[in-house]
Amino acid sequence: MSGYFNDVAVLARKDLKLELRARSTVPAMLLFVVAALVVFHFALPAESSELAAKGMLWVAIVFTALLGLTRAFVAEREQRLIDGLLLAPCDRSAIWLAKSLSVLGFLVVVELVALPAFALFFSGIDGATVAGVALADLGICAVGTVLAAMAVAGRARELLLPLLFLPLAIPIVVGGVGASVTGEPARYLGFLALYDAVFAIISWASFEYVVTE
Amino acid sequence: MWLRNNQVPALAGLAAVLLCASIALIFFYAPVDEDGLNQKIFYFHVPIAFTAYACFGWGAWKGLLVLWKRKPGADLESYVAIHQGVIFGALTLITGSLWAKFRWGVWWTWSERQLVLFLVLFLFYSAYFMLRYSLEAGPQRENLCAVYALFGVVLIPISLLAIRLAENYIHPVAFNKHGPQMAGSQFFTFLVSLAAMLALAGALYRVELLGKRLDQRLRELRELLA
Repeated sequence: MSGYFNDVAVLARKDLKLELRARSTVPAMLLFVVAALVVFHFALPAESSELAAKGMLWVAIVFTALLGLTRAFVAEREQRLIDGLLLAPCDRSAIWLAKSLSVLGFLVVVELVALPAFALFFSGIDGATVAGVALADLGICAVGTVLAAMAVAGRARELLLPLLFLPLAIPIVVGGVGASVTGEPARYLGFLALYDAVFAIISWASFEYVVTE
Repeated sequence: MWLRNNQVPALAGLAAVLLCASIALIFFYAPVDEDGLNQKIFYFHVPIAFTAYACFGWGAWKGLLVLWKRKPGADLESYVAIHQGVIFGALTLITGSLWAKFRWGVWWTWSERQLVLFLVLFLFYSAYFMLRYSLEAGPQRENLCAVYALFGVVLIPISLLAIRLAENYIHPVAFNKHGPQMAGSQFFTFLVSLAAMLALAGALYRVELLGKRLDQRLRELRELLA
């Protein structure tokens, strides 16, 4: 079992190293999320409530994650890196876990900027919102990585991922918004945890079929 | 013997008989309750919705067979079942919208959670077709479509839970833990109606499958000739 996690660590380190050298994804996500928050400021009329802004935060998070996920398997497909990974003597689900972890890492870095920016531009953020964001990130990365691997296999590529991902992200948005706007966040956080667990298991089990023939 | 050789016509005949019987029962047997005549659409709307679920479930089961047993032909069956499911899902949205108009005076209400769920499922399974048609036919497409179909059946209960959490609901509760909340004659009509819809979906499924298999066979023969 330690061999499995070793594989995961090596694969995730590869993605982080690539990102550190090329800096192609995280800066784009950062710029996008800040620009989106500014757009939302102008999209919300003056008397709209703080709650509406909280909802917008979740829109920003989902779309920013989508931006990162679109890039997740580009190198694997364009430079045929996936063939090398499939030949490597490791379990295929390790590729999924490593990719999910690296996407999660990018998303967390972006949110470390986005949440304070939101607090600055709109309103303060409470602990329930942060917990909701953390749980939602897990679900987004688990599901999104499988869907991103599916989308790059097709001809439509970037066009396809949002179509596949958004219907599956609706429960995440429900849980996240519920946790950040209602008085009793516990049940919404519990729901997010349930979503994470269910979809992590099915993603982990099915990833092998997505990348092999 | 005749039945074994003529399964599709027999199924289609059964569907036709059941449909006629259910329409007769709906209009001449089931009592008109306090909602008036517009309640009759219940006998179409709910069986169609159940049938759509059955189609999605069947598609996911065939998808599982693709991944698990590598069963040849299961991919096509999964696709046809999901195609049927999307058609019945669209019908659910239309009948639900009509019902909402007569009952609450609006074409769309976010507080009716079955309707919202079907909207989510409709979006999800429409993306299935986008996925399928952006891939070359082959084992990879079979795998991806099967995995996506499996994600679908997991999404159904999760979405339902999410919508329940998100909305206060005014949807009339026809089933709860005390069993069906309707008169015996209404329940009987409902069951006949449900059987009719399921038979109809089954017949359509078989016809569509026959056509697709013929297409595939023709393509193979053409390739052999060329």
